[in-house]
This record gives sequence, structure tokens and C-alpha cells, in this order.
Amino acid sequence: MAKITLGIMDPPYESANTTTAFRLIDCALRKGHEVFVFCYEGATALGYSGQKKHANAVHGSSLEEEDHPNPKEWIAALFRLAGQRGVKLTWCNCGLCVDERGVENQVEGACRGSPVSAWNNFEDASGALLIGTN
Amino acid sequence: MSQYILIQSKSAWASGGVADFYAMAHQLAAAGHEVTLFLVQNGVLSARAGARDLHLSEIAGPRLRVLADDFSLRERAIDAERLAPGIAAAAIGVVVDLLAAGARSIWN
Repeated sequence: MAKITLGIMDPPYESANTTTAFRLIDCALRKGHEVFVFCYEGATALGYSGQKKHANAVHGSSLEEEDHPNPKEWIAALFRLAGQRGVKLTWCNCGLCVDERGVENQVEGACRGSPVSAWNNFEDASGALLIGTN
Repeated sequence: MSQYILIQSKSAWASGGVADFYAMAHQLAAAGHEVTLFLVQNGVLSARAGARDLHLSEIAGPRLRVLADDFSLRERAIDAERLAPGIAAAAIGVVVDLLAAGARSIWN
């Protein structure tokens, strides 16, 4: 099986790029590939554990009815999937970007790295993709 | 010769850079590389039959596959059976397979 490295930069709740990135990671894990994700800039907030669901007064829906999805739960689900499939998922946040944004409390499994981590994992991956912000 | 996976996430009407991206795909194929142009998100709007886009169908050829993400098509209620000639619907697994095989990638 291959190793795929993915670089993502978009913050949560703002871009369809995030959905596509999560789909790619999910698909790669299901195919049995090791996946290394490097979150840079705003993407480091994807795994912030302080994210909260909310009700929607415009829709008239309660917190439970709205069931607002938070990306921290998607990341946790990806870690569960990797565990079930017996493949390695690394979710690495740029430490400086984390500190800038105060999002150091992260979903379980996320780790802290630097652009050096990104460089090394882009170099030794079978294939790599950087999804930059627009 | 190399394999390339070029991913276009923007519609052709959102950015002039999209036409340049198509041109790059065409030029890579003309240089002998195996190229897959994968349309995703609003990029699939150009795949509609009858869309007045920048000759997407015309650049598709033996060395340049043009694929449209099936999920993005469904999100936008675009019938996968009614795409422009030369463009086919595909699952995102195509991108994963190409990355796993060592294809060079560019996202726009």
C-alpha cells in the first residue's frame, strides 16, 4: 500500500475544499493507504476541540434538530476508520499556526509539527497533494 | 513520461485562471504525459452538455482524460448521463489511485 500526503490550508466552515479533502482522506484510508495530513494556517482549527454545535434560530431548529456538524468530529471519525482498517493516519498541525490561533486543544490523535514535517512527508510519499486556499 | 493529476475546483466563469489551467493540461498531454483533469466542486459546472465553456470537450483526448466528480455532480443536480462529449463522471477514488501510483498533482 502507498503513502499519501495531503496539505490543507482552509479554515473550518468556509470552503468546499475542506469537504473534498476529507473525502480524499476517507477514500485513501478505505483503500488501505497510509495518510499523512499537514494542516497549515487556518486548517489547524479543523481539529480544535472547543468547537460547539448550535441551534439555528432562522431555521427554528433546536441544537439536536440542527445537528450542526463540526470538523473535529469528522477527524475523530477518520481516526476511528484508520483504526478499524489497520492503517496509519497522521494528523499534523503546524505548531506556529496553532499558537497564533490559540487552538492548541485538539481532537485526540492530532499532533504538532512544523513545515519540516510537511517537507519530509511530501518527500517520502508515493503521492502528494496540496490544497491551497483561493 | 509522467502521470499528472490536475484538479480543477473552480468554475470557468469564476476565474480567468481556469482557462490557463485547462491549457496547461492540454500542453502536458501534448508533451507526451498522461494527464487526468479532474473537475470537482464548482469545477463540474463546466462539464454540463451545452455549457458555454472554454472547449473542455475539445482538449480531451487519448492522453488527457477529463473526469467530473460524481459527488459534486449530484450536489449540483447535474445528470452524469448528460455531460459534454469527452467528459465522464468518476468517483474521487480515481484521484487517490493516481496519487498512490505516484502521479504529480496540481490543485486549482
